[in-house]
Amino acid sequence: MRAASDALSATFAALADPTRRAILSRLTTGAATVKELSAPFEMSGPAVSKHLRVLEQAGLIQRGREAQWRPRTLAAGPLKEVAEWAGEFRRFWDGSYARLDTYLQHLKAKEKFHDHK
Amino acid sequence: MTTNKTGLTTYATPNDREVVVTRVVDAPRRTVFEAWTNPTHIPQWLIGPDGWTMPVCEVDLRPGGAWRYVYRKSSGAEMVMGGTFREIVPPERLVSTESWGADWPETVNTMVLTESAGQTTITLTITYPSKEARDAALQTGMKEGSELSFARLDRFVKTLGA
Repeated sequence: MRAASDALSATFAALADPTRRAILSRLTTGAATVKELSAPFEMSGPAVSKHLRVLEQAGLIQRGREAQWRPRTLAAGPLKEVAEWAGEFRRFWDGSYARLDTYLQHLKAKEKFHDHK
Repeated sequence: MTTNKTGLTTYATPNDREVVVTRVVDAPRRTVFEAWTNPTHIPQWLIGPDGWTMPVCEVDLRPGGAWRYVYRKSSGAEMVMGGTFREIVPPERLVSTESWGADWPETVNTMVLTESAGQTTITLTITYPSKEARDAALQTGMKEGSELSFARLDRFVKTLGA
């Protein structure tokens, strides 16, 4: 369980950086080499490679098998979990508040019970 | 002013960095404050949509005290959320910070309870560090620019879920 938690935290940390989000967005249109991924950014190859390593460690991208080009592709598994949090703000509060309604009735009933003891 | 009724959550974005979530519940505010701040009660309801539980709920309810929630999905995935308390005024006001991790933007959450005729209005104001962070969290329409938005990434993720 600890491992799953750390993995999701790593996903969130990886997504917190705008350059890395831009790289992921580029990969939503298909596989790309490091050179292609570096093109839009005014930063060195090693700097881009560092971002790619973070994304890879977070399980967000994969390397192709072709040794020469090693194109990166999106690995979307962790993103699905992230989407539940980052994209479902309303569902979170609607769901929680619906539970709160029920739970408050339970608490009120308990208070009444204690008051009458 | 009564603009809300029970069973309905409203969402507003009064400015660039805030989201205001409002809900009226059928209980006095001391009961609501207790449900919001007591670690015995929090995992019973503050767990979002079906499929999530909160196996860890740590609350050190004093100014500067830390809180930490660990959420777990039936699939085994976990999500850790935490922050510190800034202001605690039972049963009417609670100000705390919230973050999903060290590299993630921290929000300031202000929860205000007002009571009328046995019902409580919960007004939760969440302040993000930037408009971009707020919009990403809300998944509202960010303009498509040279840097493709988090919202678009999110839509992409949804197509994979099918």
